[in-house]
Amino acid sequence: MKQEVATPENVSTTPQKKKENFFQRLWANRVFLMMVAPGTIFLIVFFYIPVLANVVAFQDFQYSDQGFIYSIMHSPWVGLDNFKFFFKSADFWIVLRNTVGYNLTFLLLNFFFAIFFGVVMSQLRNARLLKVYQTLMLFPYFLSWAILAYFVYAFLSSDKGILNHIIQSFGGAPIDFYNSPWVWPFIIIFLGVWKGIGYNSILYFATAMGIDPAYYDAAMIDGASKWQQIKNVTLPHILPIATLMLILNIGGIFRSDFGLFYLIPRGSGSLINVTQTFDTYIYRALTTTNDIGMSTAAGLMQSVVGALLIVVSNWIVRRKHPESALF
Amino acid sequence: MRKKKHISAVEIRKFSAGTNLFFNIFLAIFAISCILPFFFIIILSLTKESDITTYGYQFWPKHWANTSYVYLAKMSHQVLTSLGVTVFITIVGTVMNSLFSSTYAYAISRRDFAYAKFFTIFALISMLFVPGMVPTYLIVTQMLGLQDNIWALVLPMSFGVYNVLIMRSFFKTSIPEAIIESARIDGASEMRIFRSIVVPLAIPGIATISLFTSLGYWNDWMNALLYINSDQLIPLQYLLVKIQNNIQVMTQQMQSGGSAIMTQNIPTEGMRFAVVVVATLPIALTYPFFQKYFVKGMTIGGVKG
Repeated sequence: MKQEVATPENVSTTPQKKKENFFQRLWANRVFLMMVAPGTIFLIVFFYIPVLANVVAFQDFQYSDQGFIYSIMHSPWVGLDNFKFFFKSADFWIVLRNTVGYNLTFLLLNFFFAIFFGVVMSQLRNARLLKVYQTLMLFPYFLSWAILAYFVYAFLSSDKGILNHIIQSFGGAPIDFYNSPWVWPFIIIFLGVWKGIGYNSILYFATAMGIDPAYYDAAMIDGASKWQQIKNVTLPHILPIATLMLILNIGGIFRSDFGLFYLIPRGSGSLINVTQTFDTYIYRALTTTNDIGMSTAAGLMQSVVGALLIVVSNWIVRRKHPESALF
Repeated sequence: MRKKKHISAVEIRKFSAGTNLFFNIFLAIFAISCILPFFFIIILSLTKESDITTYGYQFWPKHWANTSYVYLAKMSHQVLTSLGVTVFITIVGTVMNSLFSSTYAYAISRRDFAYAKFFTIFALISMLFVPGMVPTYLIVTQMLGLQDNIWALVLPMSFGVYNVLIMRSFFKTSIPEAIIESARIDGASEMRIFRSIVVPLAIPGIATISLFTSLGYWNDWMNALLYINSDQLIPLQYLLVKIQNNIQVMTQQMQSGGSAIMTQNIPTEGMRFAVVVVATLPIALTYPFFQKYFVKGMTIGGVKG
């Protein structure tokens, strides 16, 4: 063993390693196996077993005091009834519309604003001020929606909020924001973009800063204006990575930021129609009606479509930009 | 010499003076919009309660008061408990996650590990598919029996595949095989190599994932929402969720104390904002110093090893 290690050539050729039996091989790798053990246990308990537990989507799940495995074994199978129930409900279309609609909007706006901010910051002359801006812009990214819900409430509260003060001081009628569904798509989208912009623009800022100055020099010698430089030098350098991010994010189009949709509307019933997404729907189905089968079915559908989207988008990336593909 | 030339080139390549000023103003306004709400919350926590009820939330109150904080201190029991829970889960969780993720990443980054490929795929699959809220809930409560247990706040986030990917890129790019090879020739065991060579070199990477992770724990309210019932296990963020519509969690101890007059005067509005300040301040004060690690994590994470 020692000798084999001492000569590095053996490591790659490994003719005698193949002759090791399974247990010898395990023993030879014992230190590495120990290192992956905690992570492996975690993945089994919090990923692989829950994935298998999705079978309850095809059951009328009944709790029993004999343990979880027993409950699964003894719950009646109902085939696709849970899925049918979910698809036929009026909620399904609302949830689908909200989740996909908000996500597509986020996708496009984040794409646009992150590039815009990244490029603008990369062209700024004042390095120190730039640092200050970046630091301040990252602040909301580090806060939870639980905290941001209060920030929002201080502005939107119908009787005490600062926004209604301003509206009233201009002679307008106050708006009962938490009971006005029509404003919420704008509020949700504004908040989602606002929170992430500091973080999302970092990537494009770093890419723009990494462009070889020679390109700009050449463009300037040719008499290119600043706008032409950005259009013909900066953007072409950013676009490949931006497209990549866009495609990769398509995989997440069925997932939503639970906190944004659950906490920011403060549980206002009249806003459900414009703020309910798959994740909040599943949570509410679990806690209010305790419908394990149907809420699991909704989640399973969400995960399967999400996984398919990731595979498809990854396939597209792989064809165009193989080194950036996830797998 | 080269450096000097580079700096002058940077100047020319940037915006012209007028455009520069325009975008400075634009970015300044946006940047202020990112912290203004927090200052607003601080002001509200220092506003006299009767001002809030009469005039609503104001950027500049007519009367300042520290009563919210005085009451918070008097009824600090719940806030202190919650702060303790948050600090506990943040520290324990971050240590577990950083340790488990780093060792996992190190093993799969080593070519000598015969099962590296298997364990890489074993972890990556979990990024493709989400097991779902309900099945995870069933496992945690039914199988692990962690309902209303502090470990339900720690264990579900005690390992991170994204952290593994960051660390794997880190190990591959900044720890040359040659160093490991030479240590082995000198007779160091794998464990020794990891402890004495790899870990010290990996400190910047570990710092990055620790910061991401600690922020995740500090900001987590979702697991508490699903699993926690008892007041003494409520983390700070979930306390904020609970007092959104109902501040009773915090005032009931006071009421059981019996002084009805006092409970009437509780500045419920101001106190909510005071709790928000308590939950936000640690992040606001520390993140500017750690910012570069987050930026680093973002850029390393993009590198495929």
